[in-house]
Amino acid sequence: MTFPKRLLGDEAHGVLAAPNGVLTREEAQRLIERTVKLSKADAIRVNVQSARESNVRFAANQMSTAGLSSTTTIRVQSVFGKRKASVVTNSRTDEGLRRAVAQSEALARLAPEDPEYLGELGPQQYVAVPAWFESTASLSAEERAKAALSALAPARAANDLTVAGFLVTTARATAIGNSAGLFAYHRGTDANYSLTARTNDGTGSGWAGAEENDWAKLDFEGVARRAIEKARASRNPAALEPGRYTVVLEPDATSDLIPLMAGALQARSAEEGRSAFAKGGGATKVGEKIVDERVTLRSDPADPLILATPFDNEGLPLGAQTWIERGVLKQLAYTRYWANKQGKTPTGGANSLRLEGGTESLDQIIASTQRGVLVTHCWYIRAVDQRTLVYTGLTRDGTFLIENGKIVRPIKNFRFNESPLFMLNNLDAIGRPVRTAGGDAMPAIRVRDFSFTSLSDAV
Amino acid sequence: MTTRRTFLKTGTAALGAAVIGPRLLPAEPLQQQRPALYTDPATRELMMEALDAAKRAGAQWADVRISRNRSNSIQTRERQVTDVVDADTTGCGVRALVDGCWGFAATEELTKAGVGAAAQEAVAVAKANRVARDRRVVLAPAPAYKDVTWRSAYTIDPFTIPVEDKADLLLRANAEALKAPNVRFVNSGLAFVKEERNYANTDGSVITQDYVRSWVTLACTAVGSSDFATRGPEVVQPAGRGWEYVLEADIVTNARKWGEEASEKLKAKSVEIGRWDLILHPSQLFLTIHETIGHATELDRAMGYEANMAGTSFIAPPEKVLGSLKLGPEFMNVVGNRSERGALSTIGYDDDGVKPEDFPIIRNGVFVDYQTTREQAPWLEWWYSKQGVPVRSHGCSYAQSWADVQFQRMPNVSLQPGERDLSWDDLIAATDKGIAMIGRASYSIDQQRYNGQFGAQICYEVRNGKIVGQLRDVAYQMRSPEFWNSLDTLGGKSSYMLGGTFNDGKGEPGQSNAVSHGCPPARFRNVNVINTGRG
Repeated sequence: MTFPKRLLGDEAHGVLAAPNGVLTREEAQRLIERTVKLSKADAIRVNVQSARESNVRFAANQMSTAGLSSTTTIRVQSVFGKRKASVVTNSRTDEGLRRAVAQSEALARLAPEDPEYLGELGPQQYVAVPAWFESTASLSAEERAKAALSALAPARAANDLTVAGFLVTTARATAIGNSAGLFAYHRGTDANYSLTARTNDGTGSGWAGAEENDWAKLDFEGVARRAIEKARASRNPAALEPGRYTVVLEPDATSDLIPLMAGALQARSAEEGRSAFAKGGGATKVGEKIVDERVTLRSDPADPLILATPFDNEGLPLGAQTWIERGVLKQLAYTRYWANKQGKTPTGGANSLRLEGGTESLDQIIASTQRGVLVTHCWYIRAVDQRTLVYTGLTRDGTFLIENGKIVRPIKNFRFNESPLFMLNNLDAIGRPVRTAGGDAMPAIRVRDFSFTSLSDAV
Repeated sequence: MTTRRTFLKTGTAALGAAVIGPRLLPAEPLQQQRPALYTDPATRELMMEALDAAKRAGAQWADVRISRNRSNSIQTRERQVTDVVDADTTGCGVRALVDGCWGFAATEELTKAGVGAAAQEAVAVAKANRVARDRRVVLAPAPAYKDVTWRSAYTIDPFTIPVEDKADLLLRANAEALKAPNVRFVNSGLAFVKEERNYANTDGSVITQDYVRSWVTLACTAVGSSDFATRGPEVVQPAGRGWEYVLEADIVTNARKWGEEASEKLKAKSVEIGRWDLILHPSQLFLTIHETIGHATELDRAMGYEANMAGTSFIAPPEKVLGSLKLGPEFMNVVGNRSERGALSTIGYDDDGVKPEDFPIIRNGVFVDYQTTREQAPWLEWWYSKQGVPVRSHGCSYAQSWADVQFQRMPNVSLQPGERDLSWDDLIAATDKGIAMIGRASYSIDQQRYNGQFGAQICYEVRNGKIVGQLRDVAYQMRSPEFWNSLDTLGGKSSYMLGGTFNDGKGEPGQSNAVSHGCPPARFRNVNVINTGRG
C-alpha cells in the first residue's frame, strides 16, 4: 500500500484552528505567509480556496442524499526565470506545505520555459464586495430539511405531483498571496435552490430556481409555487411544427444562452482569427455594431445583483467593464500577457455578466407578445460552430405558446440551433435584469426568428 | 469490396492510423513489478474510528472512504508549455444511515478526532432529515469483503515519468502538426489521475484499491482566409491505463495526419441535408451509446431521482419496459460491466463495497436490466424474482472523491461486436451513399434521452463503396428508439474498441465520472442529417 503516512495529520501538530470553518482573512494570510517563507524559487504564488458546502437533495417525493463537506485547496506555483509549475494540496500542516513547495520547485526546474510568463503582480487595490451573510453560512441541517419539506409536503398531499429539488449553501473564502507582496482576500456565501415538479401522468414538468448570497432573501416557497404551477400548466402539450418562432426567454433561459458569448470575447482568439469576433488579418469587430442598439453587456463583480470575487487567479483586480454598449462591440478581454504584447490594459475575463437595455418585467413582455414561444430554461447546450457561435440545446420544464399577450397552451419541447449573436440582432424586447439561478444578472428578452430545428418527446 | 489498400488510396491516407483507442488487451498483460497492495494500518484505524463514531452517534449502517486523489496535467500550445499542475489531496468521507435517512460529511482532518467529528456530523444530518422522510432507504444485502485489494491494468505509473519527458512528447507532436498546410495553432495536453481508495463499512468490508487513468488531447486548427477548422482535441481515447498507453498512441507520428485532416476540412464541401446512411466509427459511436443507452438505463433517472438536473429516462417506468421494450435489432447486445481491461469505469469493488459482475442491459435487442446500487436494487425485486435471480446490486456506486457522497454512476456500457468479423473498410465498401463519421464533436440530448444531435470531428462522403472526400457542417439529429432500430450492420470483434470520457457529469452537487464504452463500427440506415453551418 502506497498511502503515505506523512499525509495523515497528527493530533498535536500544526493544523490551523477552525478545521470545519472557512478561513478568515488573518488565517488565510498566515497560511500564505507560512508557505511563501518556505520558497527557494525566484517567485511563488499561493492561491487558497476554503469552502464549506452543505446540501440537501430530494426526489420522487422522498429525501435523497444530504451532507456537508469542508475543503481547502492550496495551489502553490513556483517560478525559476520563466520556468513554472504548480502543485495543489489540501494539507495545511507544515509538512504538507513544505512538500507542496518542494514538489512545485522540483517540477518548475524541469519544466520548459513559458515565454508568456510576465512575473507576479505586486500589491493591488481591490473593491470590497460585501458577499458574506451569516444567515447562509450558519444555515442548519434542520432548516434545510424544513425548506425541502415546503415542496415535499404539498406534493405528497396533492397526489398528482412528484417533486425533485436541491438546496445548497456555500461559504467560501478565496485568497492569493505571492512573493512580490500581493495579498488578496474575498469571502462570500450563496444559497441556491432549484425544484422540478412533474405531474404523475408523465405529461407535465415545471422548473423554478433562485440564488441569493443571503439565505434570508431566498424565496424557497416562491420557487416551489412557481415550479408546481408550471408543472400543472404544462400537462398534455401540443406539438408545434419546428421552424422559426418569436420566443420569449425567461431570465433563466437568457442566462443559459447569452453568457455563451463570453469565451468569444477573448481578444487573443479574435486577433488570431479564430473567434466569432475575428475579421481576418488580425482585425476584429471592435467598434462595429454587432447587435441591436438597445443591448448593453457589462461585467462587474461588485454589481449588487451578482457580488462576485473582485480579482482573478493572478490577483488582477476585476473592475466594471463594458463589452457591448448600445449594440456596439466596445472592447475585447485581454489577459496580462496579450495586453502587454498588444499595448493594452488587462481586463480579466468577461464573467459576472449583466445584460441590460430595458425596464419591463417578464409579465409585461408576455403581455405585449402577439404570438410566441415562452421558454422557462434550456438544457444540454453545446457549441456547434465557433465561427458563428451557433449552439444546440433544448427547451425544458415549461414551454408554452403565447397568443395575444396570454399563455394559451403548453407545447412540446424543441431542439434549437441558434447563436446568441443572431438572437441579439433579432431582438424584439428586452426587460429588466434580475439575479438568475445561474448567478448572473439577466433580463427576460423577446427574440424573432429563433431557430427550432426539431421536436423533442421529452417531458 | 474495398480492400484496405484501395481505401488508403482514396485521398484519406491519414485515416488508417489516425484514430487511436484501447484495443482488446491480452488476458494476461505484462505487469511491472510493483509493491504489493495492502491497507495501511493507520488508515484502517481511522476508518474503524469513523465507523465506531457513527454507530455510537446512532447510525444503523455506515461506510467510510479515505482516499488520496492525485492528478497531473501538462498543457501546451504550439512551441510552449502553458501549464504544469500536480494535485494531491487526501481526506475522508463518512456516510451514515439513520432510520432510513442518509447523512454524509467529509473532512480533510485525518485524525481520530477529525474523522470522528465527520461521522457525528453525518449522523446529525441524517437525523435532521427524518422530519421530511416518507419511505425508508433499504440496502440490498452484499457480502463483506474483508481485507481485499485491487489494482487497475497499468504497466507504467505516469506519476513516475519526469515532466520534461511529458513536455518533450507534446512539443514534438505540436511541431509535426504545425508542418501540415494552414495549421497555425496546436493545443495539446496530458492528464493523469491516480487514486488510492480505502473503503470500509459496518458489514465488515475493508477494501483498498489503486487505479490510474490517462488522457492525451491534441487540437489542430487550420486557418483559411476567413475561416477556420479544427481536428481534435479528442484524437486519442482516454483509458484506464498508464504511460505505456500514451506511448502506444504515437502522437508524434499521427499529429501530422491530424493537422492535414484539419487543413483538408477547410476545403470540405458543406453537407446536403436529408436522409443519409451513417457509418459511425467507435470513436464517434461510443458517445452516442453513452448518451442514449448509458444514461437512459440508470435506474435513479428512470425512477425520477435525477429529475431536477440530469433528467429522467425514456426507458421507464421499469414495469412497462423491462423484458419488453425493443430497442434495436435482434443482433444488438449491450452489456454493463466494470471489468473491461483498460476501461475507465473498471474497478474491483464499488463505493457501496460491492464486487461488480457483468450484466446484460440489452439482450437480442430487448431491454432487460438497469444499472443499480445497493439502495436501488430492491426497487426491482419484482423483476429479479420473476427472473429467478437474487436481488443484488450491479456495483454502480461511485463518488468522484472523498469529499463527495457516492451515488449511482455509469459502468462501462458496451455494444457487443457482430458475429461476422466485418471491418470499418467493409462497412464503407458495402455502402452506396453515406457519411462515415470519426471522432466525437458537438453532442446534445434531451433530459429523457429521446432527441439527440451528434457531430463528428471528421466526416467523409461515401459513394458507391468509396470515400470521395470530406464533408463539413454535419450533424445527425435523431430520436433514440428509431435510431437504434435503424442499425443494420455491426463490425466484428477485430474492429471493436473502447471510447471514453474523463468527465461525465451527473448529480447535485455535480460530480464527474470517467467511463468507457466499447463498440465496433456500425451502420445506421436513413438517418436525418442537418447542416450546422448557419443555424
